[in-house]
This record gives sequence, structure tokens and C-alpha cells, in this order.
Amino acid sequence: MRATVDAWKPAAEEPADLVEEVRDLALFIRCETVRLIGIAKSGHFTSVFSCAELLAALYSGVLRVSEDPAWPDRDRLILSKGHCAVGLYPVLANLGYFPHDWLDTYTRVGSPLGDHPDMRRVPGTDFSSGSLGHGLSIGAGMALGNRMAGRDESRVWVLTGDQELNEGQIWEAAQAASHYRLGNLVAVVDRNRMGLDGTTEEVMSVEPIADRFRSFGWEVTEIDGHDARGVLSAFAAVGSEPEGRPKCVIANTRKGRGVPYMDLSRTWHLGYLEPADAEKTLSLIERV
Amino acid sequence: MTSDITERAWTPEQEGSWDLATSYRLCESFVAGQVLADLADHDDRIAVLTADLKFSNRTRDFELRHPDRFVNTGICEQNMVSMAAGMATCGYIPYVATFASFVGLLCAEQIRTDLAYPNVPVRVIAHHTGISLGFYGTSHHATEDIGITRSIANLTVIGPADAVSLTEALRQTVDLEGPVYFRIGRGRDEDVYGRTGAEFEFGRLTTLREGGDAAIVATGVTLAPALRAAEELAREGVSVAVVDAHTLRPFDAEGLCELASRVPRILVAEEHNVYTGLASACADALVDGGVGGVKLHRLGLPVDEYALIGPPTRLYEHYELDAAGIVRRMRNLLA
Repeated sequence: MRATVDAWKPAAEEPADLVEEVRDLALFIRCETVRLIGIAKSGHFTSVFSCAELLAALYSGVLRVSEDPAWPDRDRLILSKGHCAVGLYPVLANLGYFPHDWLDTYTRVGSPLGDHPDMRRVPGTDFSSGSLGHGLSIGAGMALGNRMAGRDESRVWVLTGDQELNEGQIWEAAQAASHYRLGNLVAVVDRNRMGLDGTTEEVMSVEPIADRFRSFGWEVTEIDGHDARGVLSAFAAVGSEPEGRPKCVIANTRKGRGVPYMDLSRTWHLGYLEPADAEKTLSLIERV
Repeated sequence: MTSDITERAWTPEQEGSWDLATSYRLCESFVAGQVLADLADHDDRIAVLTADLKFSNRTRDFELRHPDRFVNTGICEQNMVSMAAGMATCGYIPYVATFASFVGLLCAEQIRTDLAYPNVPVRVIAHHTGISLGFYGTSHHATEDIGITRSIANLTVIGPADAVSLTEALRQTVDLEGPVYFRIGRGRDEDVYGRTGAEFEFGRLTTLREGGDAAIVATGVTLAPALRAAEELAREGVSVAVVDAHTLRPFDAEGLCELASRVPRILVAEEHNVYTGLASACADALVDGGVGGVKLHRLGLPVDEYALIGPPTRLYEHYELDAAGIVRRMRNLLA
């Protein structure tokens, strides 16, 4: 788990233990999400569950990170869907970026850890987020800034939701990334097919996502976002070049995956579990 | 050499179509690109972004000297502000420049959420503020941007009056940790400061003219007519101080209270809605400072009205933001 600058290696191949590590980490993310939302008494369970393997893979040898969360040459990750931060915090604590007992303060008065991440309070958070649609622009600025500064190895990863693609600013960023040939920018779309009010296609359609990004000049890959091996290999195949076409990985996922009664549920976008139900839910969480 | 009309040298007569050819020296928007290019010669953190307006705001001057640190985002202001936020985390000090209406208003949320809340060193150069785009109409006017920006935590807001003070404001704030919003005019604005701008001090009210009977506190383009008004009143034997409130946030509340204690009759003149702008900042300062017995009059754009269209100087006349209007309003205050 604890990568160092020297130890970091690209996950060009996915040895079996790396795949297992992703599965374990995704399970950990789901369990911690249930535990932390138990403290908050309200939270985005299913939005985390859909991207658990994506976050787990990113922190299992894909992202160039080190023991220093401010390492200038690191890969950066922006949670444009900031409401999945509760799933990231435990991973950042595991990396040693802040003490584990911070997690126990999640959302309590004065805690650094809120429902949406704050870069000034949470080490390892590359940008504050929460207002949907901003993340890809910020990522494009970072990718451009890194290239201008000659940090050619650094990539910028932006995790977006799918309903979030309704935001016009996403497409402003998409055209800028393509115009400036930001080959060091990767958009990962958590295609969990649901917004708050229903399916994405009912609420405001986002398809054809792949064609839309392609028409903006992006390279697009589509994957099963819950298949640890597939995710790892797709992320490894995402090249990085300071100048080239920006990359988009559309991860087909299921909102609420990992907890049978939340899987594809319309009612668990934001929810609360009584302590007894949380206990029961923890026992139901599947290792995907 | 160039066929671009924006790079052609205009005669004052030609400029007259704008009805604002009062100064033909370097104007505010002319100067910003050059000052930033000069600063960037010795500071590799400085970058400039604009949204398809590089000729209008002369960030072209920066591009010519530092093409590798110049970004044109196209007509895409929200993306521009957020991209600048990302660049700032990579060690840059990005200056984004566009019309005030399309950044102070359109990008209010990006300024709040992506610049001020994370407290990144992005500088917004919001030019053609107020009603300086005259007959282009309400879509191009920005008469609410002081109110919006001065309520945003972490954000510094500066409204320089002329090229010299803008130059000083840019130079004195390069190393500020957080974001800055520069609210500037159309350019070609009259000179208010001397050649050096030595008296301009970021964060403090600047007294441009002493006076004991009353004071005009103004910002931006209203400073020059305020000085002319004070001169005219002086001929009538009325002694009026003129104070430049260039730094709108953090506001020099102490300085204002001190002024009000000495000269308890103040006319605030601003090219902004009379709600939430400089007058409100002054009123806030007096309330917070517990300074009573001050007669404070507000002169600006009417509370519940969008400005007429027309050539800017005619509009300033109509809204009494010219010297004659300020004199009339000062006489009311002193009556």
C-alpha cells in the first residue's frame, strides 16, 4: 500500500496479487464507507460503491504517489464527483497522509473530513471539490501547468460522475484539453447509470458518452469498472505523453454494487443506516 | 505592419466614437499586459489566460513576450477560471483577463469555489467594469461585481483608478497567497496618480486631496471626476477631500473611521449599484467601528434599474457620475 518514489512502478502487468490487492482494497473502501457514514448519519453509499474498484486500482500501483502527499512530480487525482470522498479518506489514511483517528471524526464539528474533500484540510487531496462539473477544467489546468513546468511524467486523473456530464463546463474542459493536446490528462467516468432523480437517461441523457468524447478529440476506452483485472490493465494501458490526445476511460459500473439490496437501487443515493442495519450491511458487503 | 484594427494607432478623433478619449497615454487595459510581461521577465511563475479577448485587453503584449505562458481558452470563461486554479497548484500565478460581466458575474461560483475557498493565487483582471461598455448594454455591464466579490472569503478585491495605480496594484500583490480580483475600467481612463504612483499603498485608503468640509470616497473611474468636482467646489470656498478606496477587500475600515471622525460628511461615488458596493463597505466600517453622527450619501447606479444604453460619458452624466453630478450631490450633502 505504501508506495514510495523509488518503489513506484507502473502496473504494466497485473500480477495476481495486485488484482487481489485491488479487490481487498475495494472491500475495505466499502466497509469503511458504511462505518464512516454511520458517524455522519447520512452519506453517499452507492456513489462510492460504484467507483470502489476504480479508486482501489488507482491506489494500487497506478497513481505515481509517494510518502509525501505534496511530491511535485506525483500523479494527481481530482474527485470531480466529490461526494465519493468518504471512500477515499480511508485510503489516504492508509497511505500515512494523516492519522487513522481522523476518520473517526468524519463530518463532526471541526473535522477536516467532510462529505466533500477540502485540499487545505486533507493531505493527499489534490483539489477541493463538490460543485459538479468543475473537476475536468481544474484537471486540464493542472495537466497544462505540469507540462509547462516540464513535469512530463506526471499525469492528472479526474474521476467524474456520469450525470455530472450534463454540466456544460465539462465540455468546455473537454474542448480545451483536446485543443491544448493534454495527453497527460485522464478522465475516468464512473458510468453507474444513475443520477439522484432516476437513471441518467431519464433525468438528462448523457449518451453516447464515448462518441461525445471522441468527437471532442479524446481517446476513449470502455471497461467493466468492477473487474479489478480489467480496470488495472485499462489504467496501465492509458499512456502518458505531455502532448497528445487526452484520454477518457468510461467505466461501466453499478450504483450500489457490493451490497445486494443497494445494487441499482434508486433510493440509496443518499441514505442513513441505523447501527443495527449498518452491522447487517457490513456482513452483506461482497468482495467483488 | 499589422492589419489588426486593435493594434492600429487611433487618433483622438477616431477614439471619439467611444466618447472617452480623455487620456491618450497608456490606459489600464493597455498597461496590464505590459506590466505582466515585465514581471514575467523575472518571475517564471506568472502566466496569463484570456477568453478570446487578447487584443481588447492587450494581453497580446504578454503573449508576444511569453508565448509559452500564455493561454487562450476561447469564449469559455468558467473553464478559464477553473483551469487557472489547476495551474496555480502547479506553482504558477495565473492572471485571467476578460470583461468584468463575464467573469465577476458569470464565474462568481468558480471564483468562490475554485479560487477563494482553496485559496489559490489566481488573479482575475476584470476589465470594462461598471457601465464602461455603455451602449453594449446590460449584458456587458458589471454593476454588481463589488458586491459579489467583497462577500467572498479569502478574496482580495482591488479597483484601481488609472494605469499607474493598476501597475502598482499588480506589482504589490504578486506574492499574495490567495486570489485577487482586479476591477478595472475600460482603459483610456484619466490619470489620477502621478507618474510614480508612490502614494498608492495596497490595503490602505489613499488620500489624493485633503479637505475639511466634506470628503468624497470613490473607486475606479469615478476618482477623476471626483477630483475635478473637488476643484470646482474649492473655487466656491468648499474644502473637499478626495479619497481613493482602491482596496475594496480587505477594506481599510480603520482609515475610513478615522476619516469620518475628522470629516463627518462623506459622499461615496462608485460605478456600481448603490447596494452592496463601496458605499456599503463604508457603512459596514462605520457600524463596526461604532462611529456615529456621519452623514453618508451614496452616489452610484440606482438600486432597481439597469443602466440605460448610450456612450459612456453621456451615461455618467445621466447618472451624475461626472464632475458636475458629483458637485450637485455634494451641494445636497452640505445643504
